Amino acid sequence: MSVARVETAGITPKEYKTDQQVKWCPGCGDHSILIQLQKVLATRGADRDHTVFVSGIGCSSRFPYYMNTYGIHGIHGRAPAIATGVKCANPELDVWVVTGDGDGLSIGGNHFIHTARRNVGLKIILFNNRIYGLTKGQYSPTSELGTRTKSSPGGSIDYPVHPISLAIGAEVTFAARAVDTDVPHLQYVLRRMMEHRGTAFLEVYQNCQVYNANAYGWATDRQTRNEHIVYLEHGKPLIFGTNRDKGIRLRGDAFEVVELAKASQDELVVHDEKAANPSMAFRLAQMHYPEFPEPLGIFRAIEKPAYEELLTGQIAAARKKEGPPKLERLFHAGEMWKVG
Amino acid sequence: MRFAGDSGDGMQLVGSQFTATSAVFGNDIATFPDYPAEIRAPLGTPAGVSGFQVNFASRHVFTPGDRADVLVAMNPAALKVNVGDLVDGGILVVNADEFDETNLQRAQYGANPLETGELSRFRLYKVPITTQTLEAVKQAGLGPRDAGRCKNFYALGLVYWLFDRPLEPTERWINSKFGKVPAVAQANTLALRAGYAYGETAEIFTVRYRVKPADLPAGTYRNLTGNQATALGLVAAAQLAGRPLFYGSYPITPASEILHELSTHHSFDVRVFQAEDEIAAMCSVVGAAFAGAIAVTGTSGPGMALKQEAIGLAVMTELPCVIVNVQRGGPSTGLPTKTEQADLWQAMLGRNGECPVPVVAARSPADCFWTALEATRVAVKYMTPVIMLSDGYLAQGSEPWRAPEDGELPALEVRFATDPATFEPYARLENGERPWAIPGTPGLHHRIGGLEKEHVSGNVCYVPENHQRMVELRAQKVANVARDVPDQEVFGAQRGELLVVSWGGTFGCVRTAIEQARDNGKDVSHVHLRWLNPMPRNLGEILSRFRKVLVCELNMGQLQLLLRGRYLVDAAGLHKVQGRPFMVSEVLDKVDELLGGKAL
Repeated sequence: MSVARVETAGITPKEYKTDQQVKWCPGCGDHSILIQLQKVLATRGADRDHTVFVSGIGCSSRFPYYMNTYGIHGIHGRAPAIATGVKCANPELDVWVVTGDGDGLSIGGNHFIHTARRNVGLKIILFNNRIYGLTKGQYSPTSELGTRTKSSPGGSIDYPVHPISLAIGAEVTFAARAVDTDVPHLQYVLRRMMEHRGTAFLEVYQNCQVYNANAYGWATDRQTRNEHIVYLEHGKPLIFGTNRDKGIRLRGDAFEVVELAKASQDELVVHDEKAANPSMAFRLAQMHYPEFPEPLGIFRAIEKPAYEELLTGQIAAARKKEGPPKLERLFHAGEMWKVG
Repeated sequence: MRFAGDSGDGMQLVGSQFTATSAVFGNDIATFPDYPAEIRAPLGTPAGVSGFQVNFASRHVFTPGDRADVLVAMNPAALKVNVGDLVDGGILVVNADEFDETNLQRAQYGANPLETGELSRFRLYKVPITTQTLEAVKQAGLGPRDAGRCKNFYALGLVYWLFDRPLEPTERWINSKFGKVPAVAQANTLALRAGYAYGETAEIFTVRYRVKPADLPAGTYRNLTGNQATALGLVAAAQLAGRPLFYGSYPITPASEILHELSTHHSFDVRVFQAEDEIAAMCSVVGAAFAGAIAVTGTSGPGMALKQEAIGLAVMTELPCVIVNVQRGGPSTGLPTKTEQADLWQAMLGRNGECPVPVVAARSPADCFWTALEATRVAVKYMTPVIMLSDGYLAQGSEPWRAPEDGELPALEVRFATDPATFEPYARLENGERPWAIPGTPGLHHRIGGLEKEHVSGNVCYVPENHQRMVELRAQKVANVARDVPDQEVFGAQRGELLVVSWGGTFGCVRTAIEQARDNGKDVSHVHLRWLNPMPRNLGEILSRFRKVLVCELNMGQLQLLLRGRYLVDAAGLHKVQGRPFMVSEVLDKVDELLGGKAL
């Protein structure tokens, strides 16, 4: 479609809301993500007519029903594949994928990996609550070892997958992490996602009030969280702590936490989100609480042509070489012969 | 005419060259490539035999032929696998060089069949093809391995002489294919000419055949396989609709050539997405359809099974798309390179819930073009996924295809919703379809999905009566497709003793059999179905005009059961599941059995 895009100046977050009742549980982290995204879209004047939300199955996947844009509530795990079709058919659209830890990493793990490595221009938000909510509380692929649930009364014996590690392993061009309750930071990361070409992946630590309450208490408790998280800022050293008195440095092959009083600032790891080599980003994704503070922010943001750009590029090149699409040219090719 | 050799001997290549030359010469043709699933099965063994059969004639032909009149066998294994299909008195050309002890053992021959007299009912020509080829290509200066690989062209040259075919089309092809490696181009040309010269000078062939051009309808022709024809039909459909063609697919035998062919047509705004798996392919099609493309996927049986949930999503979201299923032998991985029609039930009934989908089947390689076009037209008109059934036999077989001329192609109108004042996502339009409102249209933002929809508004709705109503509306919409299904024609008498019913790729064989039976005075007529869902409106009435009904299909009775269930007709069945098409004689025998000798 070559319909002219209207920059909708002065749009309010309210205009992104639908008339459908939001049916998430009270206290669910999903509410916050929905509200922050509506705010960010409004600030950016995002055009509702050119915005599509695609989801799979699960609590988070009800998201499109609450966004007054175009949307598809798809089938379990397949949102990235559906969204890839949307983006290929019309690269001018802003296409968002909303998924969860079960939808995106268990049944849909394959599509997640391949979308990331192709660098399809999708913005993927993964709500990670480390539990299956909609099916009423079984352990998910991100649940920690030993998690006791209805399907793991003796504790889960599955080692968890770490979403950012997986995304960076697939060499995603943008990977970020935020926490549902940290509103300004969540908004910042969402804005950065909007600016990215290619696949932008955001993991949100999201609280499931009913089945996995307080799973991220260590990252959300206002008194203590700064001891347990470290904000990634491009070009700046990794410093954290309530009093910003600790840093991260590399010793041989491994990170270690140092007290700034006992170390020189020059020794600290300086974050480079634009590094072409994904190794350091992967290493950051391997920092887990409680051994380390967990990084929040943008792990990686590099430039690489998006899948849909390469796709349309090939079409333009072929058209330049072969001329306009005339059916005569399609039909009359190869060895032909006349009868009568 | 059948070429047979080891999988690495280039039999498919010379078979298609012979086909192309005969087609350009003006013969009607039908081909049947038959090759193993393994890329290189153990050398010289029956498991690795690859064959290519072509039927060419001065009259119209519908099938590649039951049995061969001429067989070229490049080694003992090829002889062993194929000789049973050669008619008595047929011409048998063997590469005598390959009948050494090792190869005889690999083919599990106790004694050399060229010497035991067991081939005496054929006209046997023992030609030292390998040594003759090596001699002929010497001046090109290739190593012995590469030189030996030219022997398929030597065999082709010999056959060209036997049937008085020109060499030029193949020489042109060799030059365009191998032009960058002049020595290889030269060697293959030398081998081709040497084979031809051998026929002329060796004087061992006592006969030479001249098959005159066939009497085909006037027009410009081209030889197409079913898969190529399918691809062209899809491109044409998207062009007629004025929309991009999105083809999301995962490689699978025997459907991959559709993917390959479409990948060469970027200039027609063909957007090919080779997905990570079958499920992603179908899901991408749903997304592309939502965004306004002519969205298509292609697959075969196992892939079809994986796609079914997403086809259900397309049914629920009522988005237009086409699913091409090139059927192969099943169940499971089954017989990847062999043909079968055992996915009819999967197409009709393979999804969860009440999930009707229109189903249309192509009847010949060239007909795949028209079927793809029709499937797309119906998908867009009724806002529904449409399943197009092809099969391995149609997909890889070829026949002359007449290029459509101006005015022959149907209109393919796409009507997008544009008016925010009146738009309702699940309002019903004149054919029972809902409006197609694509992202980017001002003011029409809306959400669709797999949860049950409220009539008109399209909001999620669990109200019991609404679900019943929506199930009925979706079923009615698919039933309405019958408006676009022409009344069924009966070949032969309009009423009588026996009606033979067939569908899909068996058309050529069954029609040939019924023509022959009628020529012999049998009271038998033929109905060949194109639309399986919905069926033609007059079909029940036709069935009631015959005392007996026989359904011929390459499965264990899938259409038979559907007809029995729908029309309460006591239909008999002829079933074959050997990975091969029917033989005309098999259909004739069954007709005779049911008629018990009754004449017209």
